[in-house]
Amino acid sequence: MTAPDTDLIDTLVGIAPGSPLGAARARRPAARTHAEASYRALLLPAEPGDVSIAERFAVAAYVVGLHRAEGTCAHYTAGLLEHGGPALGKAVALAVAETLAEGPKGSFPPGPLSVEDTPAPVFALSAPVAAALGKRLEAAFAHAHFLVFHPRDAAAERFRPLIEAGWTTDAIVTLSQLVSFLAFQIRVVAGLRVLAATP
Amino acid sequence: MPDTVQAHTAPNVFTRDQVDWLPWLEPIAEADLTERHIAALVDAARAKSPYFRLLARDPDALEHRTRTDKDIFYNTDAGAPRADRELAAAAVSRLNGCIYCASVHARFSATYSKREADVDKLLAEGVGADLGERWNAVVAAAVALTAIPMTFGPEHVQRLRAAGMDDLAISDIIQGSAFFNWANRLMLSLGDAAIKG
Repeated sequence: MTAPDTDLIDTLVGIAPGSPLGAARARRPAARTHAEASYRALLLPAEPGDVSIAERFAVAAYVVGLHRAEGTCAHYTAGLLEHGGPALGKAVALAVAETLAEGPKGSFPPGPLSVEDTPAPVFALSAPVAAALGKRLEAAFAHAHFLVFHPRDAAAERFRPLIEAGWTTDAIVTLSQLVSFLAFQIRVVAGLRVLAATP
Repeated sequence: MPDTVQAHTAPNVFTRDQVDWLPWLEPIAEADLTERHIAALVDAARAKSPYFRLLARDPDALEHRTRTDKDIFYNTDAGAPRADRELAAAAVSRLNGCIYCASVHARFSATYSKREADVDKLLAEGVGADLGERWNAVVAAAVALTAIPMTFGPEHVQRLRAAGMDDLAISDIIQGSAFFNWANRLMLSLGDAAIKG
């Protein structure tokens, strides 16, 4: 789905070589190269290890959906269809619809910042969607939902459902990197699309 | 589930002081780091850091994260001044609520700009603080890119252009803001900030 010589951010933004934004990206060559390498390492690794490619694209399509990121949505939806199949694609789309919220929210450690606390968005999947996702992805989506919308509500206890669903420590690190990287890629694409369209 | 997190006090205010960070998941032990892990740390000195040794469990993801980070913030070839890139990082961290990340990048922004009072104002008052037009434009862009749904639009670009920024400088602010939406989520979720004992 991605040829070796293509750059996903350039593709999603619509940056042509030699365009003003192409020139700006060329002035940060390592950022360009390693953002792309991050994408490949997290979504299409040669050795997927403890997290399958289908799981990676399911989490990615979910995170992109939660962001209402139109610039990146089609790519990950297509990737999920290719690597996870149509039934999983449908379950992920329903999971997005059931758990949409706004961010960033959450609570600070008690003290002077508590006046800024905002209620954490609720994560609740209907039984059919949870069943279609399975235990591992249900736990992963709950974690992704927290990371996307209210990361300051972090706590060590948040890993327990992941561990109980079979996520190893290595897999939890990969999952955390995947969700967090997407938070970056989605914003670079959205930001550069606006920049390209604003002379 | 690690039940070995050290007793500590998490900071409950934003600060430019040095803050510690303690992992909630077990990092790779220093003695167990392979050549691949050490290469992924990029700077060998990071073998001392529990944060980087934890991220080394996915070495490819760590290495590319680090090299992306360094180019966005340290590349001195034109674009936005380092102080502005660090301000964007601090503003995103302030909004997301990462006290650890905000402390590091508030220090960098203050160091490079010599505007300690304005940086402290951002930490104390939040992203609505009045920091003068140029920095207000940078913070507004960082906030609009961090909000979900995102609210970043042509008005943010025009305001940065009016503050004297070209395409490269604006793309530095976009990439710096986007990167801290990556970094904050790792720092916040994989461990806890701790007041230096």
